[in-house]
Amino acid sequence: MSDARRLSWQPLIQFVLVANAVLVLAPMLIMGLSAFKTTREIFQNPFGWPAVWRLENFSRVWVEARFALYFRNSVIVTAAAILIILALGAMAGYALGRFRFKGNDLLYLYFLSGLMLPIRLGIIPLFILMRDLRLLDTLWSLILIYAASGLPSAVFILTGFFRTLPTDLDSAARIDGAGEWLIFRRVMLPLVRPALVIVLIYNVIPIWNDFFFPLVFIQSDRLKTLPLGMTAFFGQYYTDWAVLFAGLTLAALPVITLYVLLSQHFIRGLTAGAVKG
Amino acid sequence: MAQPLAPAGLPARPLRPSRLSLRAGRRLWLLFFLGPATLLFALFMTYPILSALAFSFYGWEGIGRRGFVGLANFVRLFATFPYSQLLANAFWHNVLVFILTMLVQNITALGLALLLARGPWGTKVYRVIFFLPVTLSLVIVGFLWALFLNPIFGIVNKLLAEIGAAALGRAWLGDPQTALIALILVNAWRWVGFPTIVFLAGINAVPDEYLEAARIDGAGEWQTIRHVIFPLLAPAVTIIVLLTFIGSFNWFELPYVMQGVAGPPNRATDVLSLFFYRLAFGEVDTGLQDIGIGSAIAVLMFVLLVAVSAVAAVLLRRREVEMA
Repeated sequence: MSDARRLSWQPLIQFVLVANAVLVLAPMLIMGLSAFKTTREIFQNPFGWPAVWRLENFSRVWVEARFALYFRNSVIVTAAAILIILALGAMAGYALGRFRFKGNDLLYLYFLSGLMLPIRLGIIPLFILMRDLRLLDTLWSLILIYAASGLPSAVFILTGFFRTLPTDLDSAARIDGAGEWLIFRRVMLPLVRPALVIVLIYNVIPIWNDFFFPLVFIQSDRLKTLPLGMTAFFGQYYTDWAVLFAGLTLAALPVITLYVLLSQHFIRGLTAGAVKG
Repeated sequence: MAQPLAPAGLPARPLRPSRLSLRAGRRLWLLFFLGPATLLFALFMTYPILSALAFSFYGWEGIGRRGFVGLANFVRLFATFPYSQLLANAFWHNVLVFILTMLVQNITALGLALLLARGPWGTKVYRVIFFLPVTLSLVIVGFLWALFLNPIFGIVNKLLAEIGAAALGRAWLGDPQTALIALILVNAWRWVGFPTIVFLAGINAVPDEYLEAARIDGAGEWQTIRHVIFPLLAPAVTIIVLLTFIGSFNWFELPYVMQGVAGPPNRATDVLSLFFYRLAFGEVDTGLQDIGIGSAIAVLMFVLLVAVSAVAAVLLRRREVEMA
C-alpha cells in the first residue's frame, strides 16, 4: 500500500525537483550562451541560442581585461595558502593527535577557537599589521591570512584523524629506530590522505572565491585576484554586456569544471563540519 | 614529559639510559611540529581579534591611535547622529536577512531534502545540480544577477513581459521597497543547496527501523515526518540556524558587489559589515573615517556572534545527548 502511494506521488515530486533544477541551471546557461552573443543580440534575444558562436568576447576578456593576470594571481595565492595549511596543519595535527604533553588539550582548544572567531572583524588591526610588516599590496598578505584562517579547520580535522590511527604504527617504527620526521612523513602522513583531501576542498573554494581580503589589502591592478579583478572589469565594461557575460563565464568555468568532475568530494568537503561522518 | 599516546592501562615504557636526552629531543620535535602553525595562527588570527577589541577603547585620528577614552566610542555610536540611526538601520537589515533567509531558503531546503530523501529517480543528479551554485564566487553570482535584474535589459523583467505580467516589472535593485528582498533572494539562490544537503544527510541518518515502526503503528506520511524525522533532525536544524545567523550578520560581498559600499538606494541595503567597512576605510564620497566607532561596531558584532554560537553549541550538545 505504501508503495502504491509512493508511486502516485512520483510525478509531483519529479515536477518540483525539475523546476528547482531549472531555476538553478537556467541562469548559468543564459550566462554561458550570452557570452557568445553580441551585446545587441543579448538585448534583443536574451533567451535564445546565439546566431553565430563567436569567441571574440572571450579573447577580449582574456587579453584586454587582463583576466590572464588575475587568474595567475588567484592560482598563486590559493596554491600557496593551501600548501601552508596542509603542511602546518598536518604537522600540528600530528603532534596534537599522537603525543601526550602538558598543554596539549589547551593548545587544541586554542586552535579550535579559530573556527568561531570572525576574523574579518579584526580587519583594522590586520591592515595595520600588514602595513607594519610591509606586506600591504603584496600577494603574501593574502597567502598569510588565508593560511592562518584555514589552520583551525585543518588542525581540527587532522588531529581527529591522527588520533584514530593505531598506536602500534609509530611505536613499531620508533622501535625500529626511525626518526621523528621519517615517522611523520613516511608512516603517518600517507595514512591521513583522505583527511588531507577534505581539508583541501574545505579551504580551496572559499579561498579561491574570497573577495574581502583582496579588497582591503591589494591596490595594484597587476596583483588583483580574480574576484577583485572582476569588480574593476565590471566598472570598465559596464555597457558592454557581451564582454561582461564572457568574463563571468570564464571566471565561473574552472570551479564548475572541477565540480562536475569531483562533485561528491566537493559536497562532502564543503559541508564537512555541518554534516557528521 | 612528551611521550607518544598509549592506550590507558599499558605499562609505562621502560626507562632507558638516554631518557633525558630523549625528552629534550621530543620537546624540540614538538616545537618543530607545533611552532609554525601556532605562530601563524597567533599573529594573523588571535592578535588582530584581540587588538580589534582593544581598539574600541581608544581615540583615533585617521589610522593613528591616540589616548585611552574608555567607553566614549560606544557612547558616540549609540547616542550621536548619524551613527545611532545608521546602526539601527543596518542592524534591522541584518535581522531581516536572517529571518527571510530562514523562511525562504531554509524551508525550501527542508522541502527539497524531504523529497530527495524518498529516493526519487535521479536523486544523485539533483543533489549535484542543487549544490552547484554553492561553489560559485559571490562576486560572480552578484554581478550575474545584477545584469539579470537590470530594469531595461535584464531577463527578469523581460520574462515578466513575456508571460504578460509586464506591469510587475520594476527596478528591483533601485527601488528601496524591493532592493533588500532581491538581494536576499539572490543569496538564497546561491546557498539553498547547502542546507538541502545537510538536511538530507540528517534525514538519511534516521534509522530505517524507526520509519518502519512508525509505518507499522499506522502513522501517515505527515505524522512520520512530524513525530519521527523532525525530532531527529534537531542537530542539523541547529547547525543550519547557526550558520544562517553567522552568514546573515557577516553579510558583505553580495550587497557590496550588487549595490556598492553605501547600501543604496538611500541605505535600503545597508548592513552592519558595510557600515563597519565604511567607518574603517573611509566613506567613498566624503572620505569620512572613524576607526574608534568602527571598532566599537566590531566589538558588538563579535559579542553577538560569539554569544549566539555558544548558545548553539550548548543546544547541540544537549540534543545529541538526548538522542544517544
